[in-house]
Amino acid sequence: MATAPVHHETHDDHGHARAGFIRHYFFSTDHKMIAMQYMFTGMAMALIGGFFAYAFRMQLAFPGMDVPGFGVVSANEYNHLITNHGAIMIFWVAMPVLIAAFGNYLIPLMIGCDDMVFPKLNRLSYQIFLLSALILIASFFVPGGGFAGAWTMYPPLSTKPEFGLTPLGATLFVVAVGVEFVAFLLGGINFVTTAMNSRAPGMRMYDIPMVVWMIVIASILFMGSVGPLVAGAVMLIFDQNFGTAFFDPTRGGDPVLWQHLFWFFGHPEVYVVLLPAVGIVAEIITVFSRKKLFAYRTVLYTAFGTGVLSFMVWAHHQFIAGIDPRMANIFTITTLLISIPVAEMLFVYIATLFGGSITFTTPMLWALSFIATFLIGGVTGIFLGASGADIYLHDTYFVLAHFHYTFFPIAIIGTFAGITFWFPKMFGRMMNERLGKIHFWGTVIAFNCIFIPLFVVGVAGEHRRIYDFTNFPELARPALRNLDEFATISLLVMLAFQPIFLFNLFYSMFRGPKAPKNPWNSNTLEWSADSPPPHGNWPELPRVYRGPYEYSVPGREQDYWPQNAPN
Amino acid sequence: MSASARPIATTRSTAGMPTGRLAVWWVIASEIVIFGGLLGSYIMFRLSHDSFAAEAANTNMYVGAFNTWVLLTSSLFAVLGHKAAEEGNGPKAAKMLYLTFGGGLIFLLVKTWEWSEKISHGHTLSSSTFFSFYYTAAGLHALHVIAGMVIMAIVAQTAKRNLELHRVELIGIYWHFVDLVWIFLFPLLYIAK
Repeated sequence: MATAPVHHETHDDHGHARAGFIRHYFFSTDHKMIAMQYMFTGMAMALIGGFFAYAFRMQLAFPGMDVPGFGVVSANEYNHLITNHGAIMIFWVAMPVLIAAFGNYLIPLMIGCDDMVFPKLNRLSYQIFLLSALILIASFFVPGGGFAGAWTMYPPLSTKPEFGLTPLGATLFVVAVGVEFVAFLLGGINFVTTAMNSRAPGMRMYDIPMVVWMIVIASILFMGSVGPLVAGAVMLIFDQNFGTAFFDPTRGGDPVLWQHLFWFFGHPEVYVVLLPAVGIVAEIITVFSRKKLFAYRTVLYTAFGTGVLSFMVWAHHQFIAGIDPRMANIFTITTLLISIPVAEMLFVYIATLFGGSITFTTPMLWALSFIATFLIGGVTGIFLGASGADIYLHDTYFVLAHFHYTFFPIAIIGTFAGITFWFPKMFGRMMNERLGKIHFWGTVIAFNCIFIPLFVVGVAGEHRRIYDFTNFPELARPALRNLDEFATISLLVMLAFQPIFLFNLFYSMFRGPKAPKNPWNSNTLEWSADSPPPHGNWPELPRVYRGPYEYSVPGREQDYWPQNAPN
Repeated sequence: MSASARPIATTRSTAGMPTGRLAVWWVIASEIVIFGGLLGSYIMFRLSHDSFAAEAANTNMYVGAFNTWVLLTSSLFAVLGHKAAEEGNGPKAAKMLYLTFGGGLIFLLVKTWEWSEKISHGHTLSSSTFFSFYYTAAGLHALHVIAGMVIMAIVAQTAKRNLELHRVELIGIYWHFVDLVWIFLFPLLYIAK
């Protein structure tokens, strides 16, 4: 079947050329175009989320200041900004870019087929996702303003307008999140089915590149965990608008129920976005250290184990929410257990690097910095997983710094690693290495300067939900204030480095040197297609003869051995 | 779009199962957790609130039992439709799907009557937590019934012309799932008093 030329695909291509700009860029069913739509929508949302972070960090460091480009941040606006910064960065940046964009782009190309199994469903999934983003943005402009009760939507802040002060914004926020889940459910079904059913002839389970495995496991985790929150979102909307009392303790409901439903999804969600980033890093470090991935099967089983365990740790977010202390003990144990497989994955990567011939290209730098920064995030997580320490640290900046040391490597570093690595394939041109490295160092150093001080202020007791520290003299000590200002200035530095990336991205897209088919001498199938691959990907679909990581095999002239090379 | 424009990806089956069937199972897997979350919450409430039993006494078990019978019968027609489709008899499969559709319609009509009666007796969405769950769970289920009926009508239209007969099985699998959800809802909302 695979050796037959793809006749109908060429017909389809002609149809595309005639159909014109709108159809090609907005209504395409091609998985690569949909991936680009997800990626650029995600990047646009990241600009909004980043702008919000800038506005509220300025308020924290310099209370009452007239923030350039925003104005004076009022207390309710501050709550609105932190709420939507969190929601945007997780639901509208990390999810669409890491899973949807890379999943769409890489799965068909890496398993050697011409498209997703359901191209029209794929297009629908993006359109629903775009709708959810528009609903969220619209919610900023309704009377009362956008939702301001934290991205976790805890009742009663989310259910009672007299507490949350955003009667319409709260409902639109929940609707936007719910619509987005529908989009990713459709996308996830497509990803899992495609990877299970449409692999190239010869590609066995253990010949699948790690990033495809990771995106598939992440999709399954998402599908397995989001259901209760979908039900919870329906209950929350009913509580907001139709007078039910699911989460109202005065009328027989229970607000902690929402927290269970939310975190039953919320914790696996961490691994939903972590695993694709871990997969991207696996592809990059094997290519740039010219070595076989150390212990492929172990990584795979570890990822499965992490996935299963991730369903059993959710209540560690609720240690101070009044849950039974005996239950807290159990969740402490499971939480500490889950650090084992995650640490193991990182050690496997370090073992892969050992003895390799390493080239420090821009994607490799990003991949290595992922390992370094995520290790800090993981280690500080152990403090919070232990319920005793968590009771002190939970509402401080320590939690915030820990969270950003996990999500920044995942969502930002992982994305930059992926984009710089696959850019030649996506756009057929090379990115500028010098600009890439300037951007890398500017971003990573500034990132550490933002969040290491926040660990310190957190341990010193600075509470993380305070709008203006000058109202709390014991927290407004000069030592802590200086660290807060340092963190904000570091954020400004980090943001100042981002235009370099955008310039490099768009300049290279049109003016960069032409990329060959396989610029990094990589083994996986996507590098055997043209750069960029045409609609249908290959004139003749490839066949697979070996695993994806056969680098530096003794006795071979080349130090790589493409999966589709017969010998 | 004609079948010829389908990507090769759709025609492969590395996992040894037709792509459509595989996808339907994944749809059902993700639906199970949606209903699982809702019913799990309901059961936790039920176990810790004695007031639920008194409220549950207001539901009519006989109406629920009749609707259970209607849905199970409609599932039988879905199976017969699948059998006809396997035999390549598109028009007969379509006829069976219309009968299944009719079962869904009766179910919804009974539900409408039942709910109007409940509401006229003052048992509304917001009158108690039990009834909040009752309307939310049964309402979410009814939405699935409606969605299934819409898809079934579309599948029957093409099956009548002997096209895309494999879809008859797929909508059947989904319909059985919708049935099965009701099999959980019926005892939880109607029998346990």
